[in-house]
Amino acid sequence: MFQAWRNIYSKSDNAKAYSLLSPALFLIILVMLIPMALMLSFSSFTQVSMMEIDFTPTIQRYIDFFEKSLLVSLLIKSVKISFIVTLITLLTAYPVCYYIAFYVKKNKMLWLVLLTLPFWTSYLLRVFSWKIILGTKGVFNSTLLGAGIISEPLTFLMYSEEAVIITLTHAWAAFALLPLYVSLEKIDFSYIEAARDLGLSKFEVFWKVTFPLSLPGVIGAILIIFIPTVGDYVTPALIGGTEGRMLSNMIQAYFGKINNIPLGAASATIMLTTVILITVIVSYTTKRLTQRLS
Amino acid sequence: MNEKNSSLLIYTLIYFGFLYIPVLFLPIFSFNDANYMSFPLAGFTTDHYEEMWSKRNLHKALWASVKVGVVASVVSTAIALLAAKAFVRYKFRGQNVSYGAIMMPFLIPEIILAVSILIIWINLGFPLGLVPVTIGHILFCTPFAMLILIARIEGFDFSLEEASRDLGENAWGTFYRVSLPLYLPGIIAALLLSFIISFDEFILAFFLSGSDATLPMYMWNQMRFVKKLPHVLALGAVIIVFTTFIVLLAFWLRNVGQGKEKQDIAIKL
Repeated sequence: MFQAWRNIYSKSDNAKAYSLLSPALFLIILVMLIPMALMLSFSSFTQVSMMEIDFTPTIQRYIDFFEKSLLVSLLIKSVKISFIVTLITLLTAYPVCYYIAFYVKKNKMLWLVLLTLPFWTSYLLRVFSWKIILGTKGVFNSTLLGAGIISEPLTFLMYSEEAVIITLTHAWAAFALLPLYVSLEKIDFSYIEAARDLGLSKFEVFWKVTFPLSLPGVIGAILIIFIPTVGDYVTPALIGGTEGRMLSNMIQAYFGKINNIPLGAASATIMLTTVILITVIVSYTTKRLTQRLS
Repeated sequence: MNEKNSSLLIYTLIYFGFLYIPVLFLPIFSFNDANYMSFPLAGFTTDHYEEMWSKRNLHKALWASVKVGVVASVVSTAIALLAAKAFVRYKFRGQNVSYGAIMMPFLIPEIILAVSILIIWINLGFPLGLVPVTIGHILFCTPFAMLILIARIEGFDFSLEEASRDLGENAWGTFYRVSLPLYLPGIIAALLLSFIISFDEFILAFFLSGSDATLPMYMWNQMRFVKKLPHVLALGAVIIVFTTFIVLLAFWLRNVGQGKEKQDIAIKL
């Protein structure tokens, strides 16, 4: 009996694969999916007092969210900031990846290690370094003051949306560089040569051949930057001030000093829904776009 | 393409400058003899580094981060190794869904992971501290470790394992004597990189650590006080040097014993 069971077991790749996967899937279910489901149910409760929560289901927290113009505007601002950051990161990183994929011949490996290295150093410290640069008594202001170009420190550098955008563009660069490079590197060079032989100009070759073929990397980069930056907390908290505040900062406040866990859970759920919607839209439009281009 | 493109080269170098220069200000100002981080530099000092020796809370936070990092990297690498083997070795139903599910913590905004774990943890009546932080870090490190391990064991000749089984070695013996030595560089790379991710992780620690600060939490708490900034800079500089060293070691290990072509594939992950 045991022998027979063993034989079936060893024949089935499904069973073998899932026994290997079971710890990872357990981890995802126990530490991510169940807690997220609980977060969802908490968003339907009511905070009565500091310690007390009323567990009667209601959609009132979602109504609260959309009735508070601050929360809605922070959600819109978070999406807007992430959108701009994603766009700038893509536009600035693409040429770099293009250069390494097509022009660098020797030590490509070294170039890539150097590109990814800053990503591994502490996120907190990378953000903090921009505080040193943009601060009232920071590098930028003290240099300009010292050179006599300005007489008063420029205060708008720090604690603004622009400061948050610059910092995020820097902090998330590696996430655009890797997928872009991988997709550009994969391109079969004979396609590009064929297009040139057919008499297409450099510009046409890029728009009609290279760019469409690199689209998977572009999509990868968009998702991998856009989704996490919508929920970024550190940068707006350190660099943003009141002007550059994002939705995460409010979510943190609901779980911290404001102590309204249901509303915090509802805000987090709305953030997650927004992120999922955007992922679906991006995947759908790019699928359509690839079909049209090819 | 054999032609050169000097304008693109110049742009690429400027971009590298944009990536690296901001981070370099930390070590520069950590040796500066002043409380403010501004030019011109006030003079050279190692005081800020010496100050670190006397900070009891810093030592406590460092020890907390090391503990969390070691446990999180060992557990997540073990989980990731099994999962990576399943994806490389077998074709099975639900493969893409499982892969997507395991990669999710890498993509979802971290604050959402943090608040969901916070809600379940406090409602189970458990105290905040390093335990929930470690659990969160295991969740967060596993997809990274899995990516690294998949890259390493892709193209691995599984007939070696089968041969060992046919020769009468049991499953553990095969793993210990055949698979492990071949996977080892990848495993160490995954351990080192997950340790670094856990060591630098802030958001989960911020929500879940309670009063047991990890090193990033310690730095966060000190950043509010101008007078305490210089020794945070010194600490930051040490951390940057330490992480860079570990990451380079991991990159090197990941490529040990692999052909040139395989190296190019490995680096893409």
